[in-house]
Amino acid sequence: MTAREPAALPRIAFLTLLLVAAVLVAVRIGAVGIGTGDIVRALFGDGDERTLAIVRGLRAPRVVLAALCGGALALSGMTFQALLRNPLADPFILGVSSGAATGSVAAVVLHLDQVGPWVIPTAAFLGAVCAVLLVFRVATAPGRVLNPQTLLLAGVIVGAFGNAAILLFLTFADVESFRSAVFWMMGSLAGATWQYAALLGIPLAIAATLLFGFARSLNLLAVGEATAAALGVQVERVKYLCFALAALLAGIAVAVSGVIGFVGLVVPHAVRLLWGSDHRLLIPCTALLGATFLVLADATARTAAAPGELPIGVITAFVGVPFFIVLLRRRDV
Amino acid sequence: MSEPVWEARVAAYRYPGGTQDAVVDVDCTIAPGQLTALLGPNGAGKSTFARLLLGLVHPTRGDVLYGGRSAGAWPREAMARRVGFVPQGEETAFPLRARDVVAMGRYPHLGPWRAEGPDDARIIAAALADVEATEFAGRRFDSLSGGERQRIRIARALAQQGEALVLDEPSAGLDVRHEVELFVLCHRLVRAGRTVVIVTHNLTLAARLADRVLLFDRGRLAVAGAPRDVLTEATLSRVYSWPVEVVRHPGPGPDAGSPLVVPRIGQIGGTDAI
Repeated sequence: MTAREPAALPRIAFLTLLLVAAVLVAVRIGAVGIGTGDIVRALFGDGDERTLAIVRGLRAPRVVLAALCGGALALSGMTFQALLRNPLADPFILGVSSGAATGSVAAVVLHLDQVGPWVIPTAAFLGAVCAVLLVFRVATAPGRVLNPQTLLLAGVIVGAFGNAAILLFLTFADVESFRSAVFWMMGSLAGATWQYAALLGIPLAIAATLLFGFARSLNLLAVGEATAAALGVQVERVKYLCFALAALLAGIAVAVSGVIGFVGLVVPHAVRLLWGSDHRLLIPCTALLGATFLVLADATARTAAAPGELPIGVITAFVGVPFFIVLLRRRDV
Repeated sequence: MSEPVWEARVAAYRYPGGTQDAVVDVDCTIAPGQLTALLGPNGAGKSTFARLLLGLVHPTRGDVLYGGRSAGAWPREAMARRVGFVPQGEETAFPLRARDVVAMGRYPHLGPWRAEGPDDARIIAAALADVEATEFAGRRFDSLSGGERQRIRIARALAQQGEALVLDEPSAGLDVRHEVELFVLCHRLVRAGRTVVIVTHNLTLAARLADRVLLFDRGRLAVAGAPRDVLTEATLSRVYSWPVEVVRHPGPGPDAGSPLVVPRIGQIGGTDAI
């Protein structure tokens, strides 16, 4: 609050520059070498056909989608952590990932994915929505307020059920379906298109704006619900809305990129440990750092073992875990 | 006497899913400019009554009026600008500086967007000074001792700058000095014109400093009135199901003659006293 006023803008500007640099680096590296000048010109629609095709058709949408996914997952995780007052909450805490995985694996195993490329994301999103609705239904008895502890347990239970359903589907899958289902669950941005980017970008912009409007309410809710209510927050309304926004972000991100772990857990933590827990600063910083992190992770995933690709979840975990350990040990938590 | 701040006509309050009423037939008023202590054994309904006063929960039957209007009908932010609250126990899982916690008391005045101004900074500094917490205001809230944290939360309620203050067991976990200082602070706020309601287990401090006590017993109001009139040995022993004695401070000094509530301990290891 006092520290915020002078320090917020430079921090946000720094993270924005970091993201721009990460995007440029990520678009530049790949199987075909292209100079930075050509990249920038191509992004503005200038250059030879081959460069334009690679930059604007292949790399740019993938990098943009990575940025949007990273931002969405990080914001989603941050919101769940605040609402559940649990630093271990991540975007998939309410069963979003296993719901989405159940939907997409079902679609793969039933060969529905041959209908069109939109089938798997749709099935994944529907699975995620069903899981979240089920979690809320389980967690809220009639006449009772929404209790974070019950909600966490309901998320665990629905997640466990989803995992069992996935195993059941995989048992009956042929080798090809099995392979593509497992690959989906590992998460990948290889299927990125501008359509996917728009599909995630628009809700992300809306959700981020709304969440920023609730920044002070989230500060208070992170301290306690009675405190928040006594300080003027309409607790139930804010809680339901923010839960819905966070679940929506996680659901769409999972639908377009599969299950990518660690972004939603590590990034909000990193920002909190560095600069504190004021959500007015935390929200923009978390979104920017999440985006940067996933852009770099994806660039590594597609270039480190070229011409093959590493699962992006491996990169996020390999980078996220040591980083997290260093942060935890550096500060007295 | 001027208009009461609160008028409680609670026929019953039952928690959702509860099997019995937490508060039953409590009819009372809370006068402005007084220190009112809510007393009673654990589970007697004190904290629930405090939540009813704030409009955080609404009577199942009956009503609680704040300033003539149903407490639950006040817009939450408007209520927060009028009544400061220190709830019982809260857990923050994230790093916050102590001053940031106090600054939260300004939120109902700032709304979602407006930044903290020089007036807010002054109010926050004054609140920190009132609880003698200025020196650790820059430290992380989760690194403070229990008593320091409690004082920071009281400072947060002070920063709300309401005309009234409700404190739910604010001295739990405080040592003798800080507990007495807290009560003296409440007393000072009352002399400055505020209305303070404090839930407490410290019968001696309540007897010495409260203008009025409400003694709860299993959800009902056992007695209400000036501490000297109602905090008798017979009433307290019955309500707390333990023999207590009310003795007079032997003096000398300003404490001379004030009531001291002392539980009888009796033969250690036996139950002779009962």
